[in-house]
Amino acid sequence: MAFMGDMMNPAPFWQNGPAPGAFYNFPGNSSSFGPSNHSVKEFKAHSAQPITTTTTVIGVKFDKGCVIAADTLGSYGTLARFRDCPRVIRVNDLIMLGSGGDYADYQYLKDIIEQKIIDEQCIGDGLNLKPRSLYCWLTRVLYNKRCKMDPLWSNYIVAGIQDGEPFLGSVDKLGTAYEDAAIATGLGAYMATPLLREGVDKGNLDEETAKALVRKCMEVLYYRDARAFARYQLGVVTAAGVKIDDVTEIAHNWSLAHMIHMK
Amino acid sequence: MLSIDGNFPEYAVPGAKQVRFEPYADNGGSIVAIAGEDYAVIGADTRLSTGFSIYTREQKKLFKLSDKTVLGATGCWCDTLTLTRLLQARMQMYEHDHNKSMTTPAVAQMLSTMLYYKRFFPYYVSNVLAGLDAEGKGCVYSYDPIGHCERSNYRAGGSAGAQLQPLLDNQIGLKNMQNVKEAPIPREKALALLKDVFISAAERDIYTGDCIYILIITANGIQEEKFELRKD
Amino acid sequence: MASILLPEVPVPGFSFENSQRNAFLAQKGFPAPTATKTGTTIVGIIYADGVILGADTRATENTVVSDKNCQKIHYLAGNMYCCGAGTAADTEMTTQSVSSQLELQRLHTGRTVAVETAATLLKRMLFRYQGYIGAALVLGGVDRTGPHIYCIYPHGSVDKLPYATMGSGSLAAMAVFEANWKPNMTEEEGKKLVRDAIAAGIFNDLGSGSNVDLCVIRSQGPAQYLRTYEEANVKGKKQGSYRYPLGTTAVLKQSVIPLEVTSVTVTASPQPMDVEPSHSRR
Repeated sequence: MAFMGDMMNPAPFWQNGPAPGAFYNFPGNSSSFGPSNHSVKEFKAHSAQPITTTTTVIGVKFDKGCVIAADTLGSYGTLARFRDCPRVIRVNDLIMLGSGGDYADYQYLKDIIEQKIIDEQCIGDGLNLKPRSLYCWLTRVLYNKRCKMDPLWSNYIVAGIQDGEPFLGSVDKLGTAYEDAAIATGLGAYMATPLLREGVDKGNLDEETAKALVRKCMEVLYYRDARAFARYQLGVVTAAGVKIDDVTEIAHNWSLAHMIHMK
Repeated sequence: MLSIDGNFPEYAVPGAKQVRFEPYADNGGSIVAIAGEDYAVIGADTRLSTGFSIYTREQKKLFKLSDKTVLGATGCWCDTLTLTRLLQARMQMYEHDHNKSMTTPAVAQMLSTMLYYKRFFPYYVSNVLAGLDAEGKGCVYSYDPIGHCERSNYRAGGSAGAQLQPLLDNQIGLKNMQNVKEAPIPREKALALLKDVFISAAERDIYTGDCIYILIITANGIQEEKFELRKD
Repeated sequence: MASILLPEVPVPGFSFENSQRNAFLAQKGFPAPTATKTGTTIVGIIYADGVILGADTRATENTVVSDKNCQKIHYLAGNMYCCGAGTAADTEMTTQSVSSQLELQRLHTGRTVAVETAATLLKRMLFRYQGYIGAALVLGGVDRTGPHIYCIYPHGSVDKLPYATMGSGSLAAMAVFEANWKPNMTEEEGKKLVRDAIAAGIFNDLGSGSNVDLCVIRSQGPAQYLRTYEEANVKGKKQGSYRYPLGTTAVLKQSVIPLEVTSVTVTASPQPMDVEPSHSRR
C-alpha cells in the first residue's frame, strides 16, 4: 500500500535522528523554529548567492494575449559584464517564458524546457505543452530545489494562451507561484507594478496600449535601476503565436540633468 | 564556536555579509472560519504579499477539498501550494481505495499527520479546515505549522489571527459576559460577523485587505461569495 | 550638589545615561522596544509657481497600523514645509526644533528665511547624529531665489531636485514622477501628479496607506495645507451591531462615596498676546 511502508519490516524508528549520545542539533529545532533566525548547520548551502544576474522582467495581460519584456544586461555583481543576455524565449506556439535573477540557472532550465519540447514533438501525438502545465512544472522544480537548500536563484514569468484565454503567471526561487494581470520581478516589483496596475485597472488594454505601457515601464526602470540596460527584448503571445521582437533600444532623455543645481 | 558577531562584536563591520539562503517567506493573509448547526463558513482575504509589496490582489487561499470540506491556508505560499497538492492527491487515493470521499474529520486527522511528517523542516502554513462532519454538523479544525490539531466552532488564523480571535471569542464564544444565553449562531449572523471582522482586520493589519473570498458549506453544496475590502 | 546658589544646568541635547544599561540588556535578550515608523510615501515637486508637497497618512509598528490618519507634512516656516519619513518621533522633533530655530532667525534678521537655511540646519543636525536620528525628509519651500525641493537622508546627505520621493513607497511614487513629470506644470497638473504619486505608494506599498495630504506653497501668498486632499480609502461599513445590553459586564463590588458639590463662577477677560503672527512673511 502506498504511504504505508513495509509493515513487516518497518524502518528504524528514528532513522534520520542522531545516534544515542550524539550531539543534538536538529535543523529547525524548537529553539530556532520560525521563518527567520534559525541555524541550519546540517544543510549544505550549495549556492549561497547568484553570480551573473539579470534584473527585472515584466509581464502584462491584454484582451487577446500577453506581453513580456526584459533587458539584455547580465551583471556580475555591480559590474555590467554581459551586454547580450536574451531572456525572453518562445517555448512553443502558445507559450513564452521570461526570466530574471541568476542567468546560469535560467540557461540550465531553458535547456531542459527546450528538450521537453523536442521530446514532445518526437512523440508527435499533436499534443502541446500548455502554459499552465509549464507554470506548474516550474513551480515544482523550483520548490524541490528550495527544499534541498540548493535553489535555482531566479524568477520566471510564464505567458501564454490557455484554452483560448490569456495566461500570465510567475514563479520565484522558493516555488511561490501566482497569477495576475500584471507582474514584475526584481526592482520592477516596486517600480513597474504601480504603473502596470494603473494601466490594467483602466481596463480594455489592447495589444498596442499594453506594449506602450511596458515600454514606458522599461524606460522608467532604465532611469532608476542601476542594474538595468537600454537594450531590451519585448515579446507578445496571442492565439496567432509568439512574436519576440529584435532587441530594441530605449529612447532615453536626460535633459533633466541640466536642471539640477545644488546651489 | 567563535564568531565575529558573538565573540568579537567590535570587529563586526557593516557592509558585505554573506546571506544564507532563506527557504521560507511570509506571504501574509488571514482566515476566519465559523461552524454552525448545519453549515460552516470560511473566509480568507485575497491579498498575497511579501515584505512591503503586494504580489497579487486576487489570490484565493481557500481550497475545496471535497463538497463537504474546505481548507484555508496562509503563511509561506510555496508551502501552501505543495501541501494542498499533496493533500488533494492523497484524498483522491483514499477515494480510489475506499470508493467514498473522505469525511472532514478524516481529512483533519490526515492533515495533522502530514504536517508532523515535516516536523524538522515544517510547512510554514497556518491551516484552518472547515466543513461538515459525518453527522452533518459544522466543524472547524485549526492547526499549528507542525501538526497540532484542535476542533472548535470558530477560529481565526493567519497574519491577523491574533487580532481577530478575541473578537470571535467575544461575539461567538460569549466569553466573560453576564446575562447572555448561548445559542447556535444563525448563518446570516455568522456571515455578517465574518465580513465585519475582516473589515476591522484590513484597518489594522497591513497583510490583510483587497477582498474576502468566502465559502459557505452546507449539505446542499458549497456557495461562493466575495466581499471587497480596502486596497491600501 | 545642586543648590540655589550653584544650580545644576542640564546638559543640552539628548540624554545618553541609559545607553550602556540598554546595550547590556539587549545582550541579555531584552531588546529595546521598537519605535513607531511611518513606513511612508512622501513626495515633493517643483511646478510653475512654487512647490507641492504630498504625503500618505499611515503610521505602522511592524505589520500593525498604529495611526490611520497621521500628519507627515510638518510646518517649518510660513514659506516652507517638510515631509517626514522614518521614525515618527525623530521626524516630529527634528522639524519642530528646526522650525523654532528658523523662527528665531526670521525675528533676528527680519527677513523671510531661505529654504537653504532650513536644509543646512536639518542636514547638520542629522549628520551630527550619524543616522541614529532616523529621519528621512523632503523639504519644500519658496524664497526670494525661487522654489526649492530638498531630499535629506538620515545620515545627513542632501539632494536638491526638481522632484523627490522618500520612504518605503518612494519607488512607487518615483515611478509615477519618472513617467509623468515635466517642467513648468500648472498647479492643477502638479496637484494631480502629486496625488497620483502618493496614490501609487498608498496602493502598492504596504507601509503606506489611508489618505492623501497635500501642501501647496506658491511664490506669493500663504502656503495652502490641504489636509486630507483625498480620502483614498474608506473604512468598510459594518453589518452587525456591536453594542452590549446593560448588565453584560459583571459588577464585582459597589461602593458609593457621597460628594458635596459647590459651584463657583470665575470670569476672565481675554488678553491678546503682543506678538506678530508667526506665519506672516516679510
